[in-house]
Amino acid sequence: MENRELVCVACPLGCPITVTFDADGNVATITGNTCKRGDAYARTEVTNPTRMLTTTVKVEGGKSYVVPVKSANPIPKGMMMECMKVINEASVKAPVNIGDVVIENILGTGVDIIATNYAD
Amino acid sequence: MLNYDLVVVGGGPAGMAAALKAKENGIDSIIVLERAETLGGILEQCIHTGFGLHYFGEELSGPEYAGRFMKMLEGTDIDVKVDTMVLDVADDNVVTAVNKKDGLLKIQAKAVVLAMGCRERPRGALSIAGSRCSGIMTAGTAQKYVNIDGYMPGHEVVILGSGDIGLIMARRMTLEGAKVKMVCELMPYSGGLTRNIVQCLDDFGIPLKLSCTVVATHGKDRLEGVTIAKVDERLQPIPGTEEYVSCDTLMLSVGLIPENELSKNSGLQLDNITNGPRVDEYRETEHAGVFACGNVLQVHDLVDYVTEESQIAGLGAAKFIKGEKVTGECVYTKGINGVRYIVPQRINHDTDADVKLYFRVGAVFNNAKIIVECDGKEILSKKKVKLCPGEMEYVTLKQSVIKELPVNAEITVRVEA
Ligand SMILES: Cc1cc2nc3c(=O)[nH]c(=O)nc-3n(C[C@H](O)[C@H](O)[C@H](O)COP(=O)(O)OP(=O)(O)OC[C@H]3O[C@@H](n4cnc5c(N)ncnc54)[C@H](O)[C@@H]3O)c2cc1C
Ligand code: SF4
Repeated sequence: MENRELVCVACPLGCPITVTFDADGNVATITGNTCKRGDAYARTEVTNPTRMLTTTVKVEGGKSYVVPVKSANPIPKGMMMECMKVINEASVKAPVNIGDVVIENILGTGVDIIATNYAD
Repeated sequence: MLNYDLVVVGGGPAGMAAALKAKENGIDSIIVLERAETLGGILEQCIHTGFGLHYFGEELSGPEYAGRFMKMLEGTDIDVKVDTMVLDVADDNVVTAVNKKDGLLKIQAKAVVLAMGCRERPRGALSIAGSRCSGIMTAGTAQKYVNIDGYMPGHEVVILGSGDIGLIMARRMTLEGAKVKMVCELMPYSGGLTRNIVQCLDDFGIPLKLSCTVVATHGKDRLEGVTIAKVDERLQPIPGTEEYVSCDTLMLSVGLIPENELSKNSGLQLDNITNGPRVDEYRETEHAGVFACGNVLQVHDLVDYVTEESQIAGLGAAKFIKGEKVTGECVYTKGINGVRYIVPQRINHDTDADVKLYFRVGAVFNNAKIIVECDGKEILSKKKVKLCPGEMEYVTLKQSVIKELPVNAEITVRVEA
């Protein structure tokens, strides 16, 4: 298998990473990362790419119109748009606190959608 | 007239970090003045994650990052006044501000930290032909509409400029169901972080058109489309390359300008390149006791660095108030050959710590070397696999090295490709 050239998106430094594979297509070496997170990122990126999802959820009965939310952990990259549909149909009642779970286990991914700001 | 040891102008991440650091260093009476309804600055609308990895070792969203500093502030006796606009910082460090509750406020400060942040370059800064129809806005304005007001400003979007805010908004609008047709960038490289190109454009198949610009907008009441064209090396549109793209929204992400009206009015000279005040290693401006940090000093791409810089300013202000700050003869810094600017612009010769020189390069360099010299002699060099204008770099000068330099010497930093 050919090498894969990636840019680590695990933090804003964006290290260029090269992944090489052995004859069976398993990851052989990972180079270019400057920290452990980069290694982990490259491994998932070539097997099952995931991303953090951030968006907003409607707030009911408060001053704020929306409250920002994020996936508590990265979700499969291919499921982002489907998750957006679920989130856009949901709403929360004010007041909301940082860390409140807004949607539990979204689409069976095992990942919660949590609030990232206060809303009243 | 009120009296405070330290007055901080602006309650974004810069102002909060500076205030907290000064407190930690024994300053008793501190007040933060913020013109918005809440602390947090621009971070309140930056709901994506990526903040705090360096500082907290966690991937936080903007409001979460700001929230941590607000919590820390609440745990202190630092005074905060929101909805309060600072109008003037006078020579004798008298700060004039206004709000609905107190009316006009005059505060005598021993030291002042300027932390007013930056704003986006507006449309007027560009020359695009076309009528003033609706649907043309800066990416930051669109970010506020979507993330704070919960309102979608359009459905078919073209983004001009590949700054980070534009890239982030390309993803944000796509997630909310809009069609982002393309991002046009005048330069042959992107002004944003590589990670944002990967996860905001590549992930969604949004094309990035380099060396390309918008030459005209079309539409009477609402934008209906734009004409884009390729540009030559002199950044001039190439005739015959024009192309019509239909869209109802044009977002501009063409750079940030430090918010320095206050600084200018108080007579501070601004650096031609950073558009921020000129400072020493503790971020003290040319006015004694007036410090500056965060985006008002130089545009940062990472809030973590804003925090770091503001802590330096907070510490400097604390030292100044306690009469411990070194101020005297200096050495001066200058970026040459590919290095556009350096902050700080001067360093006290007898400084009491190592000093990091922050800078940006003017073009993309691969496998380059950063070389620091004084009087033709190399003081330091650092290899870099990649240097690009979108990312701030730094080198660290040891206190012992600075001490050895002649007074008034010029330290240059350059790139060797
Ligand atoms: C639209 C936009 C989006 C951005 N997105 C990102 C991003 O995604 N990631 C990132 O790392 N960085 C981003 N930045 C850069 C970001 O500004 C910095 O990371 C960080 O917020 C800078 O902190 P600051 O405290 O210097 O400025 P700010 O956060 O801008 O805070 C300055 C504060 O000063 C207040 N102020 C200004 N003038 C006065 C006055 N006269 N009186 C009283 N108060 C005043 C303002 O209201 C504001 O609250 C963005 C910038 C903009 C403009
Ligand atoms: S490898 Fe580590 S330092 Fe480099 S971008 Fe990834 S997370 Fe950041």
